[in-house]
Amino acid sequence: MTNGPITAEPMAAPEQPRTTHSLFAPDKRTAMRNAQETRFRAYGLVAIVIALLALVWLLISIFSAGLPAFRQTFVEIPILLDAKVLDKAGHGDPAEMASVTTIGYGKLIGKALATEVEAKGIDIGAMTPKDLVGMVSENAAADLRDMVLANPKLLGTTVQFTALANGRIDGYFKGRVTMETAARDNNTSPEKLMLADKLVAAGMMEMRLNTGFLSMPDASDKRPEAAGLGVAIIGSLYMMAVVLCLALPIGVAASVYLEEFAPKNRWTDLIEVNIANLAAVPSIVYGILGLSFFINFAGLPQSAPIVGGLVLTLMTLPRIIIPTRAALKAVPPSIRDAALGVGASKLQTVTHHVLPLAMPGVLTGTIIGLAQALGETAPLLLIGMVAFVRDFPGAPLSGLFDPASALPVQIYNWTQRGDPGFVERASGAIIVLLVFLIVMNTAAIILRRRYERRW
Amino acid sequence: MSLMKVSATGLAILAVSALGAQARDQLQIAGSSTVLPYATIVAEAFGEQGTFKTPVVEGGGSGAGRAALCKGVGEDTIDIANSSSKIKQSDIDTCTANGVTEIMEIRIGYDGVVFASDFGGPDFALTSADVYAALGAQVVKDGALVANGAKAWADVNAALPAQEIMALIPGSKHGTREVFNQKVIEAGCKATGAYDLFLAASTGADDKAKDADAIKACDTLRGDGVVTEIDGDYTETLSRLAANKQAVGVFGLSFYENNTDKLKVASMDGIVPSTATIADGSYPVSRPLFMYVKKQHIGVVPGLQEYLDFFMSDDMVGPEGALVEYGLVSDPELAATQAAVKAGTLMEPLK
Repeated sequence: MTNGPITAEPMAAPEQPRTTHSLFAPDKRTAMRNAQETRFRAYGLVAIVIALLALVWLLISIFSAGLPAFRQTFVEIPILLDAKVLDKAGHGDPAEMASVTTIGYGKLIGKALATEVEAKGIDIGAMTPKDLVGMVSENAAADLRDMVLANPKLLGTTVQFTALANGRIDGYFKGRVTMETAARDNNTSPEKLMLADKLVAAGMMEMRLNTGFLSMPDASDKRPEAAGLGVAIIGSLYMMAVVLCLALPIGVAASVYLEEFAPKNRWTDLIEVNIANLAAVPSIVYGILGLSFFINFAGLPQSAPIVGGLVLTLMTLPRIIIPTRAALKAVPPSIRDAALGVGASKLQTVTHHVLPLAMPGVLTGTIIGLAQALGETAPLLLIGMVAFVRDFPGAPLSGLFDPASALPVQIYNWTQRGDPGFVERASGAIIVLLVFLIVMNTAAIILRRRYERRW
Repeated sequence: MSLMKVSATGLAILAVSALGAQARDQLQIAGSSTVLPYATIVAEAFGEQGTFKTPVVEGGGSGAGRAALCKGVGEDTIDIANSSSKIKQSDIDTCTANGVTEIMEIRIGYDGVVFASDFGGPDFALTSADVYAALGAQVVKDGALVANGAKAWADVNAALPAQEIMALIPGSKHGTREVFNQKVIEAGCKATGAYDLFLAASTGADDKAKDADAIKACDTLRGDGVVTEIDGDYTETLSRLAANKQAVGVFGLSFYENNTDKLKVASMDGIVPSTATIADGSYPVSRPLFMYVKKQHIGVVPGLQEYLDFFMSDDMVGPEGALVEYGLVSDPELAATQAAVKAGTLMEPLK
């Protein structure tokens, strides 16, 4: 240290004036961070827009292809039910009249159509009576026969019969078939389409709501216009009933035991891990199990809703147990303590207090589990549900053992058919399935909103 | 407690299910997806007459259908297996082992296998030699076998369109593929001389082994993306074809007949496929379709004999029948089959 005089060197003035910082004017780092955040938000927005566009595109393609299935072209024909043809014995006995097959009724419809077309003064050109029959669905003959056999008093009278139009004629009014494609098509001809236009003009043919799509059974490749979802809807309902009756009590019992009574040890830990794992097992695995256990070992019938229901029960169980346990856990311990404190037994605590309070959560989980089971296809493929079933299953419980179809497998089935008319049917069935799912999910949301309590 | 009631219902259902199935009054049919549309048309018409219930018809493939038929006798086994190929000795052995000793073989008619392309594209007049030269893995060039490098159909045969080679053929699990291999690929292999070269190159012990080697070599198709195997059914082939209009697909005749507005069929060896040319045998690529019936179920499951008679009636499989309208080729020897069905004649042992 020197003791020299301290010369106060004048401080060099700072070359840059000290930046005063306004909080309103962001500095470089802040601007960068803000830009980062803006970009991140933009990415999120783009992701949502992409997801929404995909959803919209999906819905548009399904609805544009499927909505036509809910409307169908019908032909109105007055038919004289000639007793001489339909009841040769003349006793009016349905058992005897059953000897006249649908082929006989088909001819009758053809004749009636020819007469009516002539009476209306419509020129049919070079078309033969056989071509005329081709305007009407082959299903019409069976419908007429059922109508007459159900009510033999109709014999001898003229009935106003509403028949389904042939699938290609129907496709013409829906834009699926054009004059150009009809010229190449073996199953129809431009002449038939022109005649269809004339029939519409004469008021004999019109497009209207097709309730049969929901009520009629499946139909073969020759009559896509008559195919409906009746058997599939009943089959799905039966399966859901089985799932509900089995999965709900078993699932709730298992959850209550695990959550409230079971000691915490290595075994319950193992069970817990396995339940979580089971929920992630691919559904086709349950189908293989169903085939080998329920059908091959227990000898239950193929294609029956009971087997489908049992398989879907197995699949749904973990999906019910997990939310049920979460709902039970959410009930605060103070409620249990209070109940036990006033002398309730453990069982009373659970059945009187814990379970009722957890019920909204349990039901929500159950409904969502059911909705998943309703849309499940893979396990049903293996147990013979993908079959051509036309007869409605009987009333429960024995009806559970009758062959039936199910909504998702009916869709799968229709996409494999050769006739282009089934594409429309398959999309229509998707709409029906979506409506069921939306209704179930809405019910779950309402239950949760209304009754769920938060502590 | 409502929970108790629900559980009781559940237990009741379990109890009923433990009792097992009651007597079956509905026919159960399974098998070939080629026969499936025909079987559903007949089943629908059969059920409509009101005497018996509509049979339940399942697809699943010829092999799966025959396996299900051979599982045993009784109400929990199927009654009829639809098949697009003839039953194999191994199936019969399984059947015999499981007590299915009485099998009826019913030939319902013939089915054609056709090549078809998008209706907007050029016409194809193929021969089996052209198809082999376009699709085979190894082809003959200047008297020797070389790896196939043909890019366009015109490279194979100058008369064909200058269109990129792209073939959609059924996967090996389909019965159709077997016919395609036998009647088109192997025929083409022999016609181009590739078979003889394969035979000469084979190291098999005897003539039989050499022939098997050569046939196997013939059936090996190109692996460079030109040939696409379709494991789904014809609807998948059709949608692939709509996406790629250059492609040529293999279809069943009935599928083509119901989609003539979208497809254009190729002739084979100069013959245009149709029910007529297949019936008279001039169109080469066709095969018989069969039903295999468990005779032990006749008289046990109601309606089985009636269903068979109805199926084989002239209204269904005769030259003017409903199935022929849909694309089946009527069997010229139908009368003999009808008589055999009436008499319940069992199938003869395989040669």
